[in-house]
Amino acid sequence: MQVAEQPTSAPEVPRGRRGWLGSVRDALRSLLRDTEIDTRLAGMLGALAVIWVGFHIMSGGTFLTPRNLWNLSVQTATVAIMATGMVLIIVSRNIDLSVGSMLGVVGMSMALVQAEVLPGVIGFDHPATWIIAVIAGLVLGAAIGGFQGFIIAYVGVPSFIVTLGGLLVWRGMAWALASGRTIAPMDSTFQLLGGGSRGRIGGPASWVVAGVACLGIVWLILSGRRQRRKFGFRLRPVWAEVTLGVVGCLALLAAVAVINSYPMPDALARQYAEVRGIPWPEGGLRIPLGIANPVLIAIGVALIMTFIATRRRFGRYVFAIGGNPEAAELGGIKTRMTVLKTFTLMGILVGIAAAVQTARLNAATSGLGQLSELYVIAAAVIGGTSLTGGVGTVSGAVLGALVMQSLQSGMVLMGVDAPLQDIVVGIVLVMAVAIDTIYRRRARNR
Amino acid sequence: MTADSTAPVPLVEMRNMNVSFGGVHAVDDVTMDLYAGEIHALLGGNGAGKSTLIKTLSGAQKPDSGQIYIDGHPVAITSPRDAKALGIETIYQTLALADNIDAPGNVFLGRELTTRWGTLNDTAMEDATRKVMKRLNPNFLNFKTAVNSLSGGQRQSVAIAKAVHFNARVLIMDEPTAALGPAETEQVRALIRQLKQEGIGIIMISHDIHDVFDLADRITVMLQGRKVGTVEKADVTMDEVLAMIIIGKLPEEVTQSELADLRG
Repeated sequence: MQVAEQPTSAPEVPRGRRGWLGSVRDALRSLLRDTEIDTRLAGMLGALAVIWVGFHIMSGGTFLTPRNLWNLSVQTATVAIMATGMVLIIVSRNIDLSVGSMLGVVGMSMALVQAEVLPGVIGFDHPATWIIAVIAGLVLGAAIGGFQGFIIAYVGVPSFIVTLGGLLVWRGMAWALASGRTIAPMDSTFQLLGGGSRGRIGGPASWVVAGVACLGIVWLILSGRRQRRKFGFRLRPVWAEVTLGVVGCLALLAAVAVINSYPMPDALARQYAEVRGIPWPEGGLRIPLGIANPVLIAIGVALIMTFIATRRRFGRYVFAIGGNPEAAELGGIKTRMTVLKTFTLMGILVGIAAAVQTARLNAATSGLGQLSELYVIAAAVIGGTSLTGGVGTVSGAVLGALVMQSLQSGMVLMGVDAPLQDIVVGIVLVMAVAIDTIYRRRARNR
Repeated sequence: MTADSTAPVPLVEMRNMNVSFGGVHAVDDVTMDLYAGEIHALLGGNGAGKSTLIKTLSGAQKPDSGQIYIDGHPVAITSPRDAKALGIETIYQTLALADNIDAPGNVFLGRELTTRWGTLNDTAMEDATRKVMKRLNPNFLNFKTAVNSLSGGQRQSVAIAKAVHFNARVLIMDEPTAALGPAETEQVRALIRQLKQEGIGIIMISHDIHDVFDLADRITVMLQGRKVGTVEKADVTMDEVLAMIIIGKLPEEVTQSELADLRG
């Protein structure tokens, strides 16, 4: 029940109901203005709510269940992680078509390191195995991304070509590394990165995460006010700040409540009880598993990438290059280095996504990550990133990834055939960008 | 002109500048100087080499040979960053604004203010931009919107604010009024006079001979990459300057019939 409210509860809470501002539309508009909520983001949340409720009804009530939402969040993680980097790439007027193949070669390398290299050196299931494998993957990802970025920025080959070549090269490498074999299983600690029944932080820790996040929201609002007051700028109305804070915190707590209502499977719970000497009760134990590790990683990545994109010089420079490369150059920005850095960062994010993906599958195949470049680009674009450069947000891209994954998982629940799934996803991609383009044109002409 | 040792040292001196692209001599042995509080206009037709010459001073173009002096000291300018460090700011004809970023972001582009945590200090940048705008264009109020939604004059204000906020000593303006309506042109002219009053040396490229006669102290004319000459505005007529621009002859060389042809 509380699930259905989660996405819709964002913008339209207090004023419209009171009705003293006349039409609901006016009230909404002024609400958006006073709270300074991004209308595009609000629109996307609305679209997501429609998709969720629609699938829930059409699938006979199986979509908005803790179990499905939990799975959805885990499945979204890898695409979301990579989409946060793709935003910066596209904003700087570039593209990276190679992320799927990079994911393949990096995932394969990490798998080989932990399954075939390290056991001979430090022994099987050594506690350091997972960390060495992850570091190797991140370094390899950064190296590949940096190498492609170098060719793009300093040699001057268009990114479309460089990464199109990369798409073929890294896919071939992924195959060549293991001669097409499937490498499995992964190190037992490494597997935790992928979620699964053990890779979760548990109920209490999830509440702690939600609590910390709520404090973060309050801190952001307060420090924003302090800054504005310090320079004597107009302050947001207090009711707007309070509404934002309350709605944000409630949404967070609701999300965690949903996640925590998905309990451990009986077999695992029985083990859990045995280990701790808890007697097995009549109706079984309902032990919440909490937020899955991949989701936690994706949220962390999204926060860090938002910080980089909006609060750091590097992010500002990426946007400046996308807005006017000449102006950026004349402003003294090292544009080539900045582009090289965006591709390196993309490589690191692919490394993280590859770790999550191989851990989740508990195996690496030479086809790992195939076509995911398209989902990543689609997520960024559905999330409002403009292919002409200069415009895009990390949070939009994450939402875009969630929209894509919701469509797919909803259709799977409804038993839609795979070819039809592709048709629907393709149409939605084009429609989303069409609506966005019209919206932008109107906004400009106003 | 500067041979006399009692004369003041020019703020900027560009000596024997040369730039060529392939076989084309875009700037051919050009020498030009600028004093503090002076407006020095640089004129010439399309392809005369004005912009290229100016770019060697603003760091956007590396000269093949030639030396730049600031306050009589030789300096090496190899990037826009170098030029800015020397107090040389440039307002390009295209304005060189990042359209997707707001006014404070553009004013501080490449020189962002940061907090002690190393993060962008947007409020401080907005505050500083409000202050400089109060001086330049008090009607300017759009500090939060991307500059692509601003009018031509407002965008020009942002470009000028970007240049003068950092205590420029030398201001290079490439066609400062080309894209503006009459009212906005007058506003920018007033601004240029104000900056001159503040002791800033200004090099102004312009096609508009009225702008030049309204504002400039001295005029240098280029034709096909070469310098035709430098004259005091007070000593010449518009026709004589046109003769320099079109046929490349100095006022003392040009004949009455040639002037008559130009008036044609």
